Amino acid sequence: MSETHITDFDREAGFGDYFALLKPRVMSLVIFTALVGLIVAPVPVHPVVALCSILFIAIGAGASGALNMWWDADIDAVMKRTAKRPVPSGRVAADEALAIGVALSGLAVVMLALAANLLAAGLLAFTIFFYAVIYSMLLKRSTPQNIVIGGAAGAFPPMIGWAVATGGVSVESALMFALIFMWTPPHFWALALFMKSDYDVAKVPMLTVTHGRRVTRNHVFGYTLSLAPVALGIGFTSIGGPVYLATSAVLNALFLKGAWTVWRRDEPAAEADGYAAERKLFRLSLSYLFLHFGALLVDATLKSFGVELW
Amino acid sequence: MALRAEHEIHKRRRSRNVGVGIALAGFVALVFALSVVKINTVGPVEGFDHTPRASALPPQEPAE
Repeated sequence: MSETHITDFDREAGFGDYFALLKPRVMSLVIFTALVGLIVAPVPVHPVVALCSILFIAIGAGASGALNMWWDADIDAVMKRTAKRPVPSGRVAADEALAIGVALSGLAVVMLALAANLLAAGLLAFTIFFYAVIYSMLLKRSTPQNIVIGGAAGAFPPMIGWAVATGGVSVESALMFALIFMWTPPHFWALALFMKSDYDVAKVPMLTVTHGRRVTRNHVFGYTLSLAPVALGIGFTSIGGPVYLATSAVLNALFLKGAWTVWRRDEPAAEADGYAAERKLFRLSLSYLFLHFGALLVDATLKSFGVELW
Repeated sequence: MALRAEHEIHKRRRSRNVGVGIALAGFVALVFALSVVKINTVGPVEGFDHTPRASALPPQEPAE
C-alpha cells in the first residue's frame, strides 16, 4: 500500500509543471507579436493597460495550450518531442489540465474585455476556441491541412493587439494575420520533413505521411512563394517603413532560396546530408517571423521619434 | 527507518503554494493598478446621489 503512495507522491507536480502546461515557448511568440500589433497601431495605449492586455492575451494563449495538452495527451505520449510534457509524463492529471485551461480561458477573456474592449476579448475567445476545438479536436487528427487552417490560431495575436489599441480591425491587422498564417505551413512542413518518425508513430496525418515527401516539398515552396507578396505588402501600408521593407526583401529572398533548395532536391539527397537544408529552412523560418515583427517595431519607434524616412 | 520531516515532495508542494501565492498577489496588484489608471483616464465619475449635486448637473445657460 505505502509503496503505491510513494509513487503517487513522486508524480506530484511542482509549480513549474503547471507553468509548462501553458506552453511558455509558444507564449513568448504570442506576447511578442501581440505587443508589436499593439505598438504599431496608430492609437496610443496607456502602459498599464498595454501591460495588462498583453498579459491576458498571453494567459489566454497559455490556456489554449493547456486545453491542447489535455486533449492530445495520447498523441504527446508517443512522440519523442512531446513525451516529457506534464500530462503524458504523469506529473499533472489530464482533468487538472482541462480545469486549468477552462478556468484561465474564462479569466483571460473577461479580464481582457475589462482592460481593453469587447472586440479584443471576442477575438481572444475565438482564438482559444479555434485552437482548442477547431484545430486540436477537429482538424489535427483528420486532415493533412490541419496546420494550414490551424495556423490561424497562431496568427490572431497581432490582430488582438491592434484591436486593444484601436478597437477595430484594419488592412494592417489583417495583413499581419496573413503574414503568420502563410508562414505557418512552410515552417511546420520543414519541421515535418526532418522529424519524420514522430508523426508516423502518433498517426497524426501530416502531409509527409498522407501525400508523401515530394508533395510536401512542393507545398513548402508554393506557400513560401505566396508568403512573399503578403510580407512585402505590409511594407506599403501605414505601419510599413524603410527598415521593414529592407528587412522583408532580404528575408524573403533568403526564405525563397531555402525553400527552392528544399523543393529541388529529392529524398536520397536529403538523407545523405542528414536533412541539412530542411533544418536550415526551419531555423530560418523562426528568425524570419521574429525579424519581420522586429522591423515593424523599429519603424514604429522611428516614427514616434519623428524620424520620417518615407 | 527514521521518518524524515522534509521529503522532496514537500519542496514540490511548497513551490506550488509559493507560485500560486505570488501569482495571486500579482493579479491583485495588477487589477488595482488597472483600476487606478482607468478611473484617472475617465475622470471624476458622479451621478445622482438623492440630492442634486451641482457638479453632476448639466451646464446651465447663462441667465439673460
